[in-house]
Amino acid sequence: MEWLNTIVQGVLLGGLYAMFAAGLSLIFGIMRLVNIAHGDLIVLAAYVALLVTETLGINPLLSLVIVIPVMALIGYVLQRTILNPTLGDDLLPPLLVTFGLSIIIQNGLLELFTADSRKLNAGPIEIASLQITQGLSIGLLPLLQFVAALAVIGGLQLLFYHTAIGRAFRATSDDHSTAQLMGLDNRHVFGLAMALSLAVVAIAGVLLAVRTNFDPSIGPARLIFGFEAVIIGGLGSMWGTLAGGIILGVAQAIGAQLDPGWNLLAGHLVFLFILAVRPQGLFPKVQ
Amino acid sequence: MPETPILELRALDAYYQDFQALFAVSLRIERGSIVSIVGANGAGKSTLLKSVAGLLPSRDDAILLNGQPIGAEPAFRIAARGIALVPEGRKLFPSLTVEENLLIGAQAGRSGPWTLKRIYDLFPVLGERRDAPATSLSGGQQQMAAIGRALMSNPELLLCDEISLGLAPIVVREIYARLPAICADGLSVVIVEQDVVQAMRSAQHIYCLQEGRVTLSGAAGALTRDQITAAYFGV
Repeated sequence: MEWLNTIVQGVLLGGLYAMFAAGLSLIFGIMRLVNIAHGDLIVLAAYVALLVTETLGINPLLSLVIVIPVMALIGYVLQRTILNPTLGDDLLPPLLVTFGLSIIIQNGLLELFTADSRKLNAGPIEIASLQITQGLSIGLLPLLQFVAALAVIGGLQLLFYHTAIGRAFRATSDDHSTAQLMGLDNRHVFGLAMALSLAVVAIAGVLLAVRTNFDPSIGPARLIFGFEAVIIGGLGSMWGTLAGGIILGVAQAIGAQLDPGWNLLAGHLVFLFILAVRPQGLFPKVQ
Repeated sequence: MPETPILELRALDAYYQDFQALFAVSLRIERGSIVSIVGANGAGKSTLLKSVAGLLPSRDDAILLNGQPIGAEPAFRIAARGIALVPEGRKLFPSLTVEENLLIGAQAGRSGPWTLKRIYDLFPVLGERRDAPATSLSGGQQQMAAIGRALMSNPELLLCDEISLGLAPIVVREIYARLPAICADGLSVVIVEQDVVQAMRSAQHIYCLQEGRVTLSGAAGALTRDQITAAYFGV
């Protein structure tokens, strides 16, 4: 029963990792941009939520109504002004620019909010839990996070395969220059993709900040978790990304159960193992 | 005063980095006409179409659509103005189904006679395979889908690059047989071909390109095979 509990907690944590990964994989899939600042943008979203909750005195979950559009707008402007000019045949310029962006965000947050550890307080929901059986109970908040992850991934999948903008994303991902012949302005499509990515980042950032303490320096580790989930899942589908997140979450939970110091190590080992035996990921793009 | 041509090129040059592919190419496409551009491999035919479609940068007043300079505009804006390119090698989107490929052609939002239904009437096989991945089609069917995708934008001017490339002669004839139906509403068409016979049969006017220069032009009926062969090979 103790192990079942561990696995369930790992699965629920995996939902959060899948949300870290979804935004990352979306951006890489559409414009071949590896966003090194992704983790720091998650932390930025957490601080935006902190500002909103402190200013308006509302619940952090409710603050999403403001944080999501704010992050989406930041994403669109960031893409149109800074990232679009770096895109081309060479993968290196966007890598370097987002690396620089990562440093700027971290230090900017440090300057504004100090290095103090913060947390968003969601109220009584944080300690509420559902007793499933003797010895197995599920926290309401982790469950909510997992349901949010399912909704985000399912929503992205719907958007990609059943809307005009999703079609435009896939066409642009297939072939930039032919997509332009269809009247699609790449710069605008990329801007929308980054806006969508940061909207997902906003949800992930707020849920992260409700779950654990955060400070300006924790971004890069979230980036690694996101990367690992993407690579485990493969770039084939968003559901693969969810599977990747869950595998990573369960591995970490089992590692921590064996020895509290093995938490992160176990996740990295499972990631390395899958990278070694199945480098294309569990659900690669079929073509 | 003569009518403004739908497309006019005035001393168009085109470059790939340091390499010059077109040298002062000038030509006129009259409204509602079918024009063939023929030439050997590397003569600059595809380059010419890419320049017109906006995939290669040009001097603004080198390309005029309805008398308006469009040479400096990006491809997506030219598509919205009503020029559609059927690219060499078809270039369907592999992640999209046949129907999604057609729908993305309508992305520019121009209204006109072409709808999904009309494309499916023109090429019934596309309707039968509408939910199949675009890459699962045969070469000829893919070419039909690429033409359908271009028509879905309701263009004023259709540019077709090497429609017959890699296709069996019977399939090529089948596709060319649809040309009258495609042009029925007064659409102007530019066809780039290596196959001179096919070009002479379908077009009203022919331009010959050789090493990036126009070496011959004239009404299709007025040119002899020998003249074209000479302009084509430069012998």
